[in-house]
Amino acid sequence: MTAVAATEQITVDTDPGTPLLTVENLRVAFGDAEVVRGISFTSRIGRCLAIVGESGSGKSVTARALVGLAGPESVVRASQIDLAGPDMTSTDLTRQSERSWRVMRGREIGFILQDALVSLDQLRRVGDEVAEPLKVHGWGTKASRKRKAVDLLRLVGVPEPEVKVRQRPYELSGGLRQRALIASAIALDPKLLVADEPTTALDVTIQAQVLDLLAESKVRGTSIILISHDLSVVARLADEVVVMRGGEVVEHGPVHRVLHQPRHEYTQALLDAIPSEHTRGTRLVRPAEGQTPGAAGQSTVRRARKPITHVPPVLEARHITKVFRGPDKVDRTVVNEVSFKLFQGETVGIVGESGSGKTTTARIALSLLEPTAGDVLLRGQPWSTLPASRRRPLRKQIGAIYQDPLSSFDPRWSVGRIITDALRVGNRPPSSKAEARERAIRLLEQVGLGEQHLASAPLRLSGGQRQRVAIARALAPEPEVIVCDEPVSALDVSIQAQVLDLLTDLQDELGVSYLFISHDLGVIHHMSDRILVMKDGRVVESGSADDVFERPRDPYTQRLLSALPRLAQA
Amino acid sequence: MSSISVSAASAQARLSSSLTRIRLGPAASLLVVLFLAVAVIAPALLTSRSPTAIDLGRTLLPPSPHHLFGTDDAGRDLFTRVVYGARESLGIGLGATALAMSIAVGLGFAAGLGGRIADLVINRVLEVAFAFPVLLLALLLIAIRGPSVTTEIVAVGIGSAPGYARLVRGQVLNVRQAPYVEAAGALGHRRWAVIRRHLFPNAMRPLVAVITLGIGQSIVWASGLAFLGLGVAPPSPEWGALLDSGREYITTSWWLEIMPGLVIVLVAISVTSLGRTLQYRLEGAAR
Repeated sequence: MTAVAATEQITVDTDPGTPLLTVENLRVAFGDAEVVRGISFTSRIGRCLAIVGESGSGKSVTARALVGLAGPESVVRASQIDLAGPDMTSTDLTRQSERSWRVMRGREIGFILQDALVSLDQLRRVGDEVAEPLKVHGWGTKASRKRKAVDLLRLVGVPEPEVKVRQRPYELSGGLRQRALIASAIALDPKLLVADEPTTALDVTIQAQVLDLLAESKVRGTSIILISHDLSVVARLADEVVVMRGGEVVEHGPVHRVLHQPRHEYTQALLDAIPSEHTRGTRLVRPAEGQTPGAAGQSTVRRARKPITHVPPVLEARHITKVFRGPDKVDRTVVNEVSFKLFQGETVGIVGESGSGKTTTARIALSLLEPTAGDVLLRGQPWSTLPASRRRPLRKQIGAIYQDPLSSFDPRWSVGRIITDALRVGNRPPSSKAEARERAIRLLEQVGLGEQHLASAPLRLSGGQRQRVAIARALAPEPEVIVCDEPVSALDVSIQAQVLDLLTDLQDELGVSYLFISHDLGVIHHMSDRILVMKDGRVVESGSADDVFERPRDPYTQRLLSALPRLAQA
Repeated sequence: MSSISVSAASAQARLSSSLTRIRLGPAASLLVVLFLAVAVIAPALLTSRSPTAIDLGRTLLPPSPHHLFGTDDAGRDLFTRVVYGARESLGIGLGATALAMSIAVGLGFAAGLGGRIADLVINRVLEVAFAFPVLLLALLLIAIRGPSVTTEIVAVGIGSAPGYARLVRGQVLNVRQAPYVEAAGALGHRRWAVIRRHLFPNAMRPLVAVITLGIGQSIVWASGLAFLGLGVAPPSPEWGALLDSGREYITTSWWLEIMPGLVIVLVAISVTSLGRTLQYRLEGAAR
């Protein structure tokens, strides 16, 4: 069995640590579908074990099975799931009733979920939520629990904990909410902390703080099982890595070995797929043997692009500012004096954390929103200042790709209808139904789909396929510029790599320009010729990609780059 | 150690959930609605008698295999009258709902798309309409125009329109800010094309279920009006009229009230249940 074979491969560490949780041959099935197929691992005191994989790998189900929350429809089986007690007597977790799980959760095992906004009750005060496990386990009195909640929030680095305990989750930022959730998970000082994508929804600087916090609790002797799709996060925190695919373990070993000398080709492919400063100008997906590579080139190395700069830029923003008036009648400047030029055939990247104004900038570039001051030129001609009726005929020159492709498609429409609809408003409207169909098929083939997808409902497609349809739709009118707003943020790293490769291939082939917006520094560096770094609505730094990333001048950019978890940290 | 299932308790949960999954409701409702459809299109298939055939030798007979629902004070077969009354009763239900929906769509879309002032004005109008007793409105209409099927449709239709208008407005506001509506605008489609092709169908889709709920509701309302003598006049076999004419015999011949009453209840429940099933299906399809 793969799992057993993988476990036997563990190289001898100098001090592996004392085993806390021993899992052997864990299987989880939903009906006939077995999603975890016999995996084994050991979590050790004061160590972090990372379970890495993409969607559908079974990593989250594994985490949930460990805390008895795999769901009512699931069947969890294992040869052994033993949790060592304080005197090293072991508890067999396969024999827990729902009642004893409730005792175990919180006291013995803490569980941190990905999205704190969903996991915390919006109507209860943060202090009550943090103290909930204390109350459930009958710890202390009401007053002492209240004090403990303040202490816990202070421990996880929440500023002004006395004020925060009285607030409600929605009044806190994402980073603070995630810390409150961690505070509640560690309230009873559990020996084992199971963290399912604890930093995925967070900005890099906040992510760094949360990772530091988890590292501290590791030093205090907590054993952590970290579930993540992000190998860089794993590099920063984990001691041991389990790589899962399709419910099975494909590789298992110390973090340094797995990330720097992967033995399994899937691990290698995952590592290759991560966009970063090293991947610029190369393809992220290595063409497999016997497989035809993408539309543009045969080699993994792309030729250098030469933007055409002797004609006016295809898109130019001149000191655009956007002020929103809130319900409290207070004006907030969301975009402040932002200027950029985008030449034909190049990519300008806008990077920033949430609330930096990058999406508002994208919407102004698309003229879906009018700037309060400043203007946008399209092909050197007025664009944002035109009345809506005169803007409409120009829209075929500028396309858009959104973060969530599914919600950008009419739920009633098929892929074919979505694309032929975009063709009709384009630069060369098809003259007949047959021509529209033929060109829709050609577009689908261009983005790596085919005729068989014409009749599909987007809902039935995978995330990567949906984004390919969105790209086909954006290309259909034959625009000169495409504004890409976080186009790969919702995708797995290997799918992200395919989509990024596709976008660069299409740029080489068609000469389109991209205004590329992302919070992911690696993606931005990989894709962009020039970069704008935004913070609080302002451009704090701009320049060529290499200048910004290798010689950042602005303190904020420097902070962002130092917060970025890197594989080399393993 | 052998393999052990953690979810012994969950097996029980699975069993009970699979039991509720065998749902008799929708199937039975479908049967009732099919029966109703036949009654409307070809009532003669369900009964060989005439709804107006008077037989003074067989008045006020209780239900029996020969007369399923019994006979009335003129010796007419009650079952036959209920079957023939279906056309008129359903006509009122459908007509009233159709009228209510058209008013609601007009007001809802005007409020949802017409800007802040239109929204404000329409909302105030709807609030006044909500506060106005529907029965009073119906009385007013009947006083002006006299009782008839049309009056009944207009009264029930206007009475139920404000509720639908609120729903339509909410849907419009919701769908208006959907990313696909913005995406269609970004592609360069005209505003009216976006409204017609994306906004209207998507805003109306969840309302299909509400409409079926409304039909059952309207039938009940119309019957209520008729029972009070404000609807269609008694010789007609409309269900409300049947209730009205049976009222004076309620102490002696219970079937005159109970049988048509049961039919109204059964139809209202069936249509409502089908509406709910439809709603789940549609919402499931819309993720």
